[in-house]
Amino acid sequence: MILPYFIVVPLLASFAISLASGKKDTWAVWISLPAAIVLTVLSVFAFFGMEATETVYSMSGWAAPYGIVLVMDALAAFMLVMVSVISLTSLLFSIQYIRNLSMDWKYYALFMLLVAGMNGVIITGDLFNLFVFMEVALLSAVALVAYGGRAEEFEASFKYAVMGAVSSTLILIGIGVTYSAASTLTMSRIYDVFAVGNTEVMYWAGGLFLAGFGLKAAAMPFHAWLPDAHSSAPAPISSMLSGVLIKALGVYTLIRIFFNVLGAPEVFMKAFLLLGGISIIVGVLLAIAQWDMKRLLAYHSISQIGYILLGMGLATPLGMLGAVYHLLNHAMFKSLLFYNAGAVEMALGTRNLKRMGNLRKVLPVTSGTSMVASLSIAGIPPFNGFFSKLIIIIAAIQAGEPVYALLAVIGSLLTLASFMKVQSYGFRGKRIVEEIQQKVGWGMNSAMIAVAVLCLVSSLLVLPEIREVTLDPVVDVILGNTEYIQLVLGR
Amino acid sequence: MKQQAGMTIIVKTVTRLMVWIMLVYGMYLILHGHLTPGGGFGGGVILALAFLCIFLAYGRTYTEEWLNIKLLHQAESAAILLFLVVGLLGVTAGGVFLTNFLYHGELFSLVSAGTIPILNILIGVKVGVSLFLAVWVLSDPHLLEEGGDM
Amino acid sequence: MTVYLLCFVLFLVGLYGVLTKRDLIKIILSLTIMAYSANLFLILFAYRTDALYPILSKGVQPGQMVDPLPQAMVLTSIVIELGTTALLVALVVRIYQKYKTFDITKIRRLSG
Repeated sequence: MILPYFIVVPLLASFAISLASGKKDTWAVWISLPAAIVLTVLSVFAFFGMEATETVYSMSGWAAPYGIVLVMDALAAFMLVMVSVISLTSLLFSIQYIRNLSMDWKYYALFMLLVAGMNGVIITGDLFNLFVFMEVALLSAVALVAYGGRAEEFEASFKYAVMGAVSSTLILIGIGVTYSAASTLTMSRIYDVFAVGNTEVMYWAGGLFLAGFGLKAAAMPFHAWLPDAHSSAPAPISSMLSGVLIKALGVYTLIRIFFNVLGAPEVFMKAFLLLGGISIIVGVLLAIAQWDMKRLLAYHSISQIGYILLGMGLATPLGMLGAVYHLLNHAMFKSLLFYNAGAVEMALGTRNLKRMGNLRKVLPVTSGTSMVASLSIAGIPPFNGFFSKLIIIIAAIQAGEPVYALLAVIGSLLTLASFMKVQSYGFRGKRIVEEIQQKVGWGMNSAMIAVAVLCLVSSLLVLPEIREVTLDPVVDVILGNTEYIQLVLGR
Repeated sequence: MKQQAGMTIIVKTVTRLMVWIMLVYGMYLILHGHLTPGGGFGGGVILALAFLCIFLAYGRTYTEEWLNIKLLHQAESAAILLFLVVGLLGVTAGGVFLTNFLYHGELFSLVSAGTIPILNILIGVKVGVSLFLAVWVLSDPHLLEEGGDM
Repeated sequence: MTVYLLCFVLFLVGLYGVLTKRDLIKIILSLTIMAYSANLFLILFAYRTDALYPILSKGVQPGQMVDPLPQAMVLTSIVIELGTTALLVALVVRIYQKYKTFDITKIRRLSG
């Protein structure tokens, strides 16, 4: 019964903010923070109390073939937890950061709309409804990228909007092709139709979906918009975009459509492997040459998405486990790194690594948490990034793809190198920074500490006892199609 | 030269006569949304076009006096909030979000189809107002100067 | 078959415009053309020969109708395109305010 509230609560919050707020942001903060907390509590409850709650919800009482259904399974609940935790910390981080830019309620209204769009994409069981929520999330993300109001931000935002519109058109045509063959939009029913043949149409639809959602996930040949958009946005929005938006709109939809709807066809698995391998290497090579900290992080997002695609493409239980685990880990450490970059930008007024220095004295929390995040993303034990990359590499070797395993190892080493650069120039440099322009307040600090703790805690997920209740159900949903189908159709 | 206050007298007169017909037609489309093609979006667009005709024919200053822009901003948010409230009332009345909990009435009569006409009216207000406001905000002459804000 | 091909040509016209045009406004127009071709695809998928419009009205016996669902989808996608276009135009206005040009080759402060 809690299913529709994942969409209703942020929507209500968004429009209540725009109705109640005057010039200042007081109302906006006091409406959006409770909404984010409610969403976090609901999603954690949904993840652990799955059996206790209803899992299929027919909107306005019309059952599956006629109406729109919302579906809650382990994968959806897992994504919801991720989105709500990151959005809660992002909001905490935003309060001071956005006041520094402008005292405006529009930011919070758009932020809640973004959360509503992502939650909608995750829990809907209807292909066209997914498209609509994706557009909601995309449009608010585009507006938020341009929020700072500088020339570069509008430029990046325009690029992002054009790319988003092109990919949405491809997806819409893909939905049309799917509907023309399957005569239904409920995702589980489409699986039934494609399971009994009709492969030619499936390849058409799959190709369109791969191009459309691949653009949204920023896999390598489709990556051009990502570094601009993610590095120009305000820091909390960068962390939302890199941390959860490309996963909710790109990776999650790819997983849902290719595994649960189209039934994991061989050709597309090969394509995922290829895209993943290229993304890992080229992304990290482009990243290592950057001096702008946020741009460097944005290129790393491409590389890390490559790991997830690689794990997905293996299509073995172990590979999928690695992909899902890395999805979570990347959300944690990449948001943390963007928070760090935002805190440094606010304190020093620069993002250029050459102009930063030893920040341990003036920004102890920021430099401490950045160490945690860098070690996590570079894959140093016992941080979470190590385990998920290890799982993916082992899975690649087991599946008989040693070339891709080698690519993953090389990518990991280059990631380590580029984050040694970040640490040695940015946070532990020779020049000791004595004074800062602006103090980093408790809200930003607590957000960074919270995510750093989560980075450490999530490495515990690798233990078999904990994995059984957290990650294994997600993998089961992805690879065991029948479960998802039975859930929706009730047979 | 300062921006002229609107177009010629011919345009103004024709607009003055036509706007009411357009408004009535828009409302007709919204209110008959559950019976004929049209509904909230189509009707709302026509309402917005009626207001935009006034804007084009009479100019910015006149429209600002005639319409309360701040109120329109609030009406836009309020309409969508009310939509959600109707949806939530469905939860209390029928158990699911957006349940059609009102009396369904006779087929093909104006007062029928439960909550759908109410939702249509709310969508019509939302679409009409926000389409008008989008054009209004984008045509702000201050925007082209450096530092102008929306 | 021909109509589908023509529709695809329309899509390609839009794609060509997005990729080659230098004027920001023309890029937006090309995006709109692409979106229209997608809408047209959906309507074509729904078409049935000798079928009625899918509206139940007084005194008309329901016979064979064209598929109403893609038409509803097209309506929704038109609304979304309206939003996208408005947002893009707003961005272009702000870009013009900063750069004083609509030429995309002159708007290059970001590397890459």
